[in-house]
Amino acid sequence: MHYLWLIPAFPLAGFLINGLLGRRLPKSIINLVAVGSVLLSFLWVVKTLQALMPLESAHIEHYFTWISSGTLNIPYELSVDRLTAVMLLVVTGIGSLIHIYATGYMAHEDGYYRFFAYLNLFMFFMLTLVLANNYLILFVGWEGVGLCSYLLIGFYYLKHSASTAGNKAFIVNRIGDFGFSIAIFLIVATFGTLDFPKVFEAVKALPVETSAGMLTAICLLLMVGAAGKSAQVPLYVWLPDAMEGPTPVSALIHAATMVTAGVYMVARSSAIFLKSPFAMDTVAWIGLVTAVMAATIGMTQNDIKKVFAYSTVSQLGYMFLALGVGAFSAGIFHVMTHAFFKALLFLGAGSVIHALSGEQDLRHMGGLYKKIPVTFITLACAWVAIAGVPPFSGFHSKDEILLAAHHHAPWMYWVGVVTAGMTAFYVSRAMFLCFFGSYRGHHHPHESPASMTIPLGVLALLSLGGGYIHIPQFLEPVFPLAEAHHDQSLMVISVAAGALGIGLAWFMYLARPGLADSVANAFGGLYKLVYNKYFVDEIYQSTLVNPLVAGSRTVLWKGLDAGLIDGIVNGTGSASQWVGAKCRRLQSGNIRTYATWVVVGAVVLLVSIGLASGGAR
Amino acid sequence: MDAILFLIFAAIAVACAINLVVQKHPITSALSLVGVMGALAVIYLLLGAEFIAAAQMIVYAGAIMVLFVFVIMLLNAGEEKKPARPSWFAKLLGIPLTIAVLGLLSFFVQHGSPQSSVTFGEYTGTAKDVGRALFTTYLLPFEITSVLILVAILGAVVLARKEMD
Amino acid sequence: MGVMGAVPLSWYLMLSAILFSLGVAGFLMRKNLITIFMSIELMLNAVNLSFVTFSRHYKQVDGQIFTFFVMVVAAAEAAVGLAIILTVFKNRSTLLVDDVDSLRL
Repeated sequence: MHYLWLIPAFPLAGFLINGLLGRRLPKSIINLVAVGSVLLSFLWVVKTLQALMPLESAHIEHYFTWISSGTLNIPYELSVDRLTAVMLLVVTGIGSLIHIYATGYMAHEDGYYRFFAYLNLFMFFMLTLVLANNYLILFVGWEGVGLCSYLLIGFYYLKHSASTAGNKAFIVNRIGDFGFSIAIFLIVATFGTLDFPKVFEAVKALPVETSAGMLTAICLLLMVGAAGKSAQVPLYVWLPDAMEGPTPVSALIHAATMVTAGVYMVARSSAIFLKSPFAMDTVAWIGLVTAVMAATIGMTQNDIKKVFAYSTVSQLGYMFLALGVGAFSAGIFHVMTHAFFKALLFLGAGSVIHALSGEQDLRHMGGLYKKIPVTFITLACAWVAIAGVPPFSGFHSKDEILLAAHHHAPWMYWVGVVTAGMTAFYVSRAMFLCFFGSYRGHHHPHESPASMTIPLGVLALLSLGGGYIHIPQFLEPVFPLAEAHHDQSLMVISVAAGALGIGLAWFMYLARPGLADSVANAFGGLYKLVYNKYFVDEIYQSTLVNPLVAGSRTVLWKGLDAGLIDGIVNGTGSASQWVGAKCRRLQSGNIRTYATWVVVGAVVLLVSIGLASGGAR
Repeated sequence: MDAILFLIFAAIAVACAINLVVQKHPITSALSLVGVMGALAVIYLLLGAEFIAAAQMIVYAGAIMVLFVFVIMLLNAGEEKKPARPSWFAKLLGIPLTIAVLGLLSFFVQHGSPQSSVTFGEYTGTAKDVGRALFTTYLLPFEITSVLILVAILGAVVLARKEMD
Repeated sequence: MGVMGAVPLSWYLMLSAILFSLGVAGFLMRKNLITIFMSIELMLNAVNLSFVTFSRHYKQVDGQIFTFFVMVVAAAEAAVGLAIILTVFKNRSTLLVDDVDSLRL
């Protein structure tokens, strides 16, 4: 018994303390509780993993039976295997760093204690999700992180756009959750249990489905859930709006941890997915389409956080591409490296925004490398990582994915390469617009405090060197390795694409500053389309949201609720009143009327007695 | 002989009853009612109930009707006037209901009454017999009726007296 | 029927029925409170006749005892009822039953 439950319990305790008492606690105590709980969690993870290594098979801890109904038995069990270990280290490690960063970033915000309470609650749910040993507990964590995402996106609740964005995130997520729920029901129906070991054992015995079948349905529905949580087409629309939340939230939830929950869930369910080639192809397609589409949009955005948001969507597409072509460990590898450099990018962007007292528009930045050097250097580390420059982390993981894609279907590789080029382009564009050239804004940039720069530094080191943590080998017991094919030429091509992207960005934004605008004008219509995110939000609004709202308003609300149900209830009341009014006429106060009634009654009695006694006797 | 006597006094009773219902002034109605009671007393005698006949004249015609006449004269109730809000219901159903009651009762009488006849002279209700039954078998109701009369006296006194200032 | 001797019982009962119906008629159709009260007395008398008739038929004195009690009750009722009528007249100065309608809803 290694007390796995302590891992999520520490942040939960932090949430309870900060949430209930935080209003009256001084900032130092809030910091101590919030950061301390996550750090304790991280240390416990390290200790547990040390004790459990080598973790050849899963270590399961059973606590109690949660649901026992008929033949369905769902225990509360947490388990750790190598996949869980990777996720745990990423979540708690990066979580701790971001918590430390947030103490500096949010220092002047209202609702300080509320922020950290929500952040701790998020950690609790995320850890529950990762440690779960059955689909239901995973779903509890799944829903919980969705809730915390909503709470944190709408943290500045007085701002209308922020609360709207929170609503959007939650509702779109819900659509994914609906698919996930149906998948869970199908799993129960097919396998009679939700426990991972039991389900995966049972699935291994089943044949590969070449045509439509139950396993394909389950996988596709699981993918719907993952698409919602991990912002894939068509459910990605909430992620760019989620940038309304504070930057540490964007870093933690919408870059490093929550959005990877979908990837984790699909990877965990790999046994089922391997039995349905159609579902795997669907996953790969969705990943690829998302990657390309988001990359194109990211190239045109002017808000630095939006650029990185679309970058996240695009990189998640890469991860799903990896999962779809069967390279599960490559996908998880990219989860880890992406967590490093994307968290760093967001935290760095936060540092820039903090330095410029709230400015987020790239067009009003420039020449900042002299003014905020630490931020610049750390962001540069992330820049080279995401652009795929060897030998840094991004290169290793992206390369794994592209190689696996080529092995599966060469055209996927080529599309992935082009997207890699676009990735390098938009990140370089952001970097050049932000740090080079001359300063186009009106603020006085100042460097961030140590509480913010130290985590940046740690993440920078990880972004640079993270590629050498050999995740695929580490995950061997969970995802058996395919044959290693290191095709040198493919690697060279992908690196070249990256270099091309950086070079193009340098050319368009530093060498010839006006070139970008003239290109945009030349491709007028196309540019407008991409800049407006292909009008996807507007399309959703008119085809889905508006009819739904109109339908609810007229049919459900006015028709059914107010008309039918209220009508019945009120109608009963008015019917009683009507009957009463009619009966009231009986009480006329006129004695002769009463007397007449008496005689009428007597006559009736006489008649009935006569009839009863048999009439003529 | 019996039949003729019966018919005469029955006719008197019915005529007085009709008069009671028809007359406009209450005092004439009261006098008609006295007539009915007198006729009924004779019919009781025909039935052989001498005590009841005597009681009828003494109590009913002699005390109750006198009381009625007192009250009518005290109130100086004149002829009936038109009321402000007459009851259309009673007006509508008055005659039909009367006919209905009469019809039903006569139906029952015709079909249900025992087939026997009464001759004058068989006294079943002598004072002795009535007294014996009253003070042995029906003693309790008798005592209770005395209480009842006491209550009635009290009620009448309380209701009809003048206001105390 | 034409026999100058015994009178059939049903004649007495018929007379009682007729008197009772006349009482009902007066009760329903008259407007003066006192007249209505008198109609009620008429009805009571009709019933008395019925009782005595049956007492004669069964050769038992119990019917007459009942008649006795009816008379007692009628007396008590007359006393109290007339007192009430007096009070109503004192308060409303009318003896018309249709005008005594303050209990209307």
